Amino acid sequence: MYPIVKKEKLADKIFLMDVKAPRVAKTCEPGQFVIVKMDEEGERIPLTICDYDREEGTITIVFQTVGASTERMQYMNVGDAFQDFVGPLGCASELVDMDTEELKKKKIVFIAGGVGTAPVYPQVKWLHEHGVDCDVIMGSRTKDLLFFVEKMEKVATNLYVTTDDGSYGFHGMGTNQLQALVDEGRVYNHCVAIGPMIMMKFVCLLTRELGIPTIVSMNPIMVDGTGMCGACRLTVGDEVKFACVDGPEFDGHLVDFDQAMKRQQLYKTDEGRAMLKLQEGDTHHGGCGHCGGDK
Amino acid sequence: MDVLKKVPVREQEAQVRAKNFEEVCLGYNEQEAVEESERCLNCKNAQCVKGCPVSIDIPGFISEIKNQDFEKAYEILSESSALPAVCGRVCPQESQCEGKCIRGFKGEPVSIGKLERFTADWAREKGIVPKSDRAKNGRKVAVIGSGPAGLTCAGDLARMGYDVTIFEALHEPGGVLIYGIPEFRLPKQEVVAKEVENVKALGVKIETNVVIGKATTIDELMDEEGFEAVFIGSGAGLPRFMGIPGEQANGVFSANEFLTRNNLMKAFREEYDTPIMKGKKVAVVGGGNVAMDAARTALRLGAEVHIVYRRSEAELPARVEEVHHAKEEGIIFNLLTNPREILVDENGWVKGMTCIKMELGEPDESGRRSPVEIKDSEFEIELDTVIMSLGTSPNPLISSTTEGLEINRRKCIVAEEENGATSKPGVFAGGDAVTGAATVILAMGAGKAAAKGIHEYLSNKQ
Repeated sequence: MYPIVKKEKLADKIFLMDVKAPRVAKTCEPGQFVIVKMDEEGERIPLTICDYDREEGTITIVFQTVGASTERMQYMNVGDAFQDFVGPLGCASELVDMDTEELKKKKIVFIAGGVGTAPVYPQVKWLHEHGVDCDVIMGSRTKDLLFFVEKMEKVATNLYVTTDDGSYGFHGMGTNQLQALVDEGRVYNHCVAIGPMIMMKFVCLLTRELGIPTIVSMNPIMVDGTGMCGACRLTVGDEVKFACVDGPEFDGHLVDFDQAMKRQQLYKTDEGRAMLKLQEGDTHHGGCGHCGGDK
Repeated sequence: MDVLKKVPVREQEAQVRAKNFEEVCLGYNEQEAVEESERCLNCKNAQCVKGCPVSIDIPGFISEIKNQDFEKAYEILSESSALPAVCGRVCPQESQCEGKCIRGFKGEPVSIGKLERFTADWAREKGIVPKSDRAKNGRKVAVIGSGPAGLTCAGDLARMGYDVTIFEALHEPGGVLIYGIPEFRLPKQEVVAKEVENVKALGVKIETNVVIGKATTIDELMDEEGFEAVFIGSGAGLPRFMGIPGEQANGVFSANEFLTRNNLMKAFREEYDTPIMKGKKVAVVGGGNVAMDAARTALRLGAEVHIVYRRSEAELPARVEEVHHAKEEGIIFNLLTNPREILVDENGWVKGMTCIKMELGEPDESGRRSPVEIKDSEFEIELDTVIMSLGTSPNPLISSTTEGLEINRRKCIVAEEENGATSKPGVFAGGDAVTGAATVILAMGAGKAAAKGIHEYLSNKQ
């Protein structure tokens, strides 16, 4: 069993938990993920590692309640335990493997959308600890859904916060903010975008135009997460790749997002789609598989 | 009683079982088992034993059934096999022990598989567990993967006195016995979990949720955690696809995914969270045991199911019994048929498949007659689900993180057949990780050989 040692509600339907998992904490790197299963009946849910403490043997996860199991997970508290917690899975972020001196020469920008802020954080923190500068654009639909602003401020060289509705920070999406920065004369030659697939798709469309190489972290449907079931397959360039063993990070300019987004709809029930639409209200712009917003 | 015929085994009615996940075959009772055992000729030079990858003393255990000493029969069985209740259910007996049975020259062979199953089930129901009286020697061996190869290797090593720990990546031990083979062929709680318990009863420790190659490596296990030898039984890897248009559409699954959702994650049961797509019209592409399992699972979830296979019935790699059961249950076989393209609707979902008719040409290097397309014979079938069951290619997690471990052109780990030794001293391997997708019993045979290999290696090292 893997006990929860800390729980925090970050925003509406977004939760943070620190979970004791010494084997995972010992070797994990930014960019990797874990699979959690709360109890016998629970699904195996892949979550990107959001922070880790090697001494305490803990892993920080952040999740949004979107399906049957995450809906139940939100009621778990400190003292409760996950039945299963496996990782680290997938490959570490390529930034971690690069030479630090090389990294220092790069002009890096992160774009985080929604819960994507959580997996961006350990990468920015890692760069900060290694003396590498980077800018971070983090956005959400509205002010109430923002989290990690203060944490991110401490590790990012420049932090730009955006909201779709203008209730906090820059009024617009991450892509608008990036365009604005570039228009001001800011130069970037490496971008990392993590967030909903629709957001990563639009970031990639823009960065391709701007000529900025872009890495994205894909979060497709998975079951085992160890290279057995093949559910997480994606088309990257001309090749079929498996996010769990080949990824989760890929060259965003090569990922077939339209296909990936369609595949993500596979198990969304009519009920689930209805819930998504209800929650997102007027700001709903795709992901339900029905409205066409993702096309 | 007709001595030329097997005592028939009771089964659930085809129409009834096609709608449930209960076990198809009900097995022999004591009376039936004794009756069948009397057909055994107790050959001096028993051919059946030669056909068994783990060399069970078949005439020996059957003689004890004749004597109605079922406990003794179980003792003999469990000397050679850690998983008799599993093997009695899933081994391809017709091409192994029963294929060599002298009785089979004239009439039907002795129903060795059903007798094995009876003996193991009897022992389980009576709460009898295998014995291990050997003193522990305190030497640590790690086993990677808790499938048939790993469990067998671990069980044998524990009997020899080693301190064995199995590392399993998934949340439940059993490997393919848990995620791959369906409940209606191999009950999970009743049979697999109990046999895993029996292996644990020999002193084997099982640590689940540990991915070797990620959480830790073989080198770390040996250098830092004090394991003197390692057995890799990590199984087959990523599913293969055909590379035809439409394969990324919604509604196309690998058999591994479909079966894992249903078997490991128990998606067929209401109270479990994991979803599974319940198609109305399903095509399973492939003709092996996995294809039969996927087809019969889809059928039980309520679909009309077609097996699409490019060769003819004679070449189906599945066990005869599985094909027979599948037909009885109403699976439709589209043989000598090969998919060309998966047809996709405007929302990205499967709507059908274009296939082409095949005929058998000259035998290829495997000796099987290779199928050749018949010109202008394309046709379409309407479908909402396609399940690809084309085998797997090895998982790179271990080979890419273990210094000095040789792999072959097909990316399988290279290991000696007789003792499982790899190119790295102290590291042994067996099962699908070495051979590519094969059978439970062959994996068990490899696990057994490796246990002997490890024992020899460690005895010499001392």
